[in-house]
Parts: sequence; C-alpha cells; structure tokens
Amino acid sequence: MAKHEYSYYPGCSSQKGASSSNLEKSVETLCEELDIKLNPIPDWNCCGASIGYAGGGELPRMTLSARNLALSEKHHPDQDVVATCAACWLNTREVQERLNHNPALKAETNIALQSVKLEYKGNKKVRHMVEVLIEDIGYDVLGSKVKKPLEGLKIAGYVGCQTNRPFGIDGESFENPMYLDKMVETLGAEALTKYDKKVACCSGALMFSEPEKGQALVKDIIESAYDSGANMIVTPCPLCQANVEIYQDDINARYKTNFDMPVMYYSQLMDVAFGRSALDAALNGNIIQSKRLREIADK
Amino acid sequence: MTTAVNQAMVEKYKGNFLKEVTDNVEEGNWVKMCMQCGVCSGSCPLGPHWDHPPQELFMMIRANKRDEVLSSTSMWMCTSCYNCVARCPRGLPITHIMHGLAHYGKRMGMKPKNQPTEKFGQMFWDNLIKKGRVNELKLGLGLYFKDGFAEGLKVSMGKQKLGMNMMKAKRMSPMEMLGGHGVSDLSGFHAMLKKAEELEAARVGANTDAK
Repeated sequence: MAKHEYSYYPGCSSQKGASSSNLEKSVETLCEELDIKLNPIPDWNCCGASIGYAGGGELPRMTLSARNLALSEKHHPDQDVVATCAACWLNTREVQERLNHNPALKAETNIALQSVKLEYKGNKKVRHMVEVLIEDIGYDVLGSKVKKPLEGLKIAGYVGCQTNRPFGIDGESFENPMYLDKMVETLGAEALTKYDKKVACCSGALMFSEPEKGQALVKDIIESAYDSGANMIVTPCPLCQANVEIYQDDINARYKTNFDMPVMYYSQLMDVAFGRSALDAALNGNIIQSKRLREIADK
Repeated sequence: MTTAVNQAMVEKYKGNFLKEVTDNVEEGNWVKMCMQCGVCSGSCPLGPHWDHPPQELFMMIRANKRDEVLSSTSMWMCTSCYNCVARCPRGLPITHIMHGLAHYGKRMGMKPKNQPTEKFGQMFWDNLIKKGRVNELKLGLGLYFKDGFAEGLKVSMGKQKLGMNMMKAKRMSPMEMLGGHGVSDLSGFHAMLKKAEELEAARVGANTDAK
C-alpha cells in the first residue's frame, strides 16, 4: 500500500489527449517517486470552471462539484480530495464551503443529487496537489529525492491566480507567495525573486473570447520573465501554462516581439530533478521546449 | 428584449433594485456592504476595458440603474482572477457578485448583444452539459465558427499552426470528434441538472409573486 492515498480529481483538461495531459503524466511520475497513490473519483464530472456562470445558475453549478464530492465520500470515505487543476480545486473547495454555510442551498443540492442516488454530506477536506507536496511530504523529503540538481537554471515562478486566490496555500501571502520559489530552490535551480508578474492574471477563459485583451496580459507576464533573466517560467496551473505557452507565436505577430519562453509545470521540474526521463516528465508535451531542462534529463 | 419574469421583477421591486439584487442575485446580499473604496476596480486586470468597474456597478445598483446594470457588458469582463476578493477590505465576494449579476441579467433577458465572453461562456456550458465533461476540440472549433462558416474557415486557417502544435504535443486529439470523454451515468447527470434548474427557477419565480 502506498504511503499516502488521496481521492483524486483530474479534471477535463488533464484527460488523455486534452490540453494539460502533460501535467497529468508528470504528476503520475511524481507520485511514483513519492509513494503517493491518487485514486480517481469514479465517474467524476466537470466543475464548470470559471466561465460556467454564463450558462449555469448557482444551484446547477453547485451540483456539479457536489456530485464529485458525494462520489468521493461514497467511494473513498477516508481520503482527502486532491486536485491538480487550479479551477477544479477552487470550485470544489468553494462549493463545499458555500454548501456547508448555507443549509437551504445544501438541502436543494441534495434534492438534485437524489437523481443520481447520491447524498452530499460535506465532511471532505479539499486540497491542491501542491498542498500535499508542501504539507504531507515536505521540502526536506523533496530535497532528499534530488538526484540531478537543476543547477544553472533561472526560473520565474508564475503562481497565477486561482492557485493563489481566494484560498491560496496556507501561510502564504496573496501578493507574494513563496512556495513555488522554495520548490524551485529545493530542486537546485535559482528562483528569480524579482519576477514581478508572479501573481498576475493570464486572462483565463477570456483568452478564447477576447484574445487581444488576453494576449496583452500574457505579453507582460512573459516580458517580465525575460526582464528578470529567466530561462523558463514554471507554474502550477493548467490554464496559466496553456495561455502563457501556446499563444507566443500570436503575441510575436501582434507585438513584433521574439518570445520563445518555455513554460513548465512544477511537476516536470521535480521529475527531471528526481532523475526521471524526459518522457516520464512529459517534456514532449510542451510546445516550446526547454533545451537546458532536456539536457539535464538526458544526462 | 424583456421576459415575463423580468416584467414581474420590475413590477415587484419598483424603485428598489438593491433589494432585488439582494434577494435574487448570487451573493448579491453583499452589495450593500460596499464602502466605495475602489480597491476592486484598481486591482482588476481588465480594469481599463470596463464601462463600469465593480465599485461603480455597486453604486449604480443603489441608484436604481436597473437597465444599465443588467444590460452592461462590464460583468462579462471578469476573468475570475479573484484579485478584488483577496484585496477587498470588507471581504466582499466580488468575483461571485459579478458572475451573479451577469447570470441574472441573462436570466432577465437583458444580456448585452454580441458580447464575446457571454457567447463563449454559453458555448462552454452547453459543451460540458452534453457529456458531463468538456470536449476541448469541439469547444475550440465551435469558437472558431461562432460568427459563421466563412469567418470560421478564416480563423481556423489562422490557427492551423497552433492546432498542429497541440496535436504534435498530444494535447489535442482528433479522436475527440468521435464522442470523446464523458460521464457514464449521463442520464442521471442530466436529470440532476434539470432538477437543480427547476429548483432555482422556482426560487426566483417565487420572488416575482405579488406582495
């Protein structure tokens, strides 16, 4: 039996062939290294992300996460719910909080859940994967696993929005959270503390609906990484990763810039530092490759 | 465009839009706590693009500017970054109030015309409801073709490289066209959402009953 077990909620973008399937793969590798078992919540559904409010009212959206929580309560009664996606984590945690503070809304949610023969009780702890790494594993253990320190890499830690606000990581400030920088340093790389877009917004879903506004925000995020002397950006959030990585061609065309900045997940850095292969770290899932990270992986 | 429920609301709350918001908008009861400091508006990444930033919307609600608020494009500019929530000295859940106002305006038949995020948000909801999970490929293609077929082809051609990059990285799968991911208890899932919609409509409907 694994040392740590959690009821896991991968989310839509982490599925096979979806936009953050490289996050999923690199987290899987990380869990093998750290003896963590993630048990997927059977038949989980979408959380509604941050744009669900347009079509779904309060109660329909609440039932989405309540169904996932009720399924977790039923199938993994003794395990915390863990999400790797910022929006999945935020929505699930927020729904739990709102239902538990509003008995009328909870009662209505449970009436709707009768349609799927489930009942939401609301006694789960909902956590982000980085909370598991920080609180249950700890920086010391993470550091002790490093076989190939990421020496010489200068990394701009981009925490973004929803992993940071409104809940954030316990003990961290909303304006200048330090956990990602600490992770980077634990892996032997240099954390660029002068990176001033650490908690800026990537525009979320507005990147799709109003690209010119989204690209303006992302341009600043990338530019600031270059200004700090970064070799790469690292983030915990799937949408941040996608928005900041995949539109660099469009941004270059719009602003006559010459961006070519890799945007990695913390889990990919850990996999490489722990001595795992480029494939295990899902480096082939990045559109802009980090040559230097690949060299360390192939060493 | 007005709906029957909209007329009933106008009738019931005449002259007291703040009460209407408090009773019916998600997290709307918090609006009266706003002290007009402006930190939300100053913290918003899309601040420069809003016609009425949150602070202003809250004052407009108190000033009974019902039509202007409910048909505003402003709430649809919210990127859900929660900067306003984290910084509000009174702890207002501003992001949720913006979502609530946007959805309520739409429920009343007063959503702004051709607001791109409103359109995309509805496409997203329809997409996720269909199978219980989001089909990113269909969502992306739907977005390209939202303004008609000719425009769609033009946008798709422009996005060809991005699409190829995603396919090469195995982060977009053409197989998603054939069904794709979804929940297995789909009929239960749909029944659950239908029930939730009914309960919510009944709650808002009950508020239209004459005093």
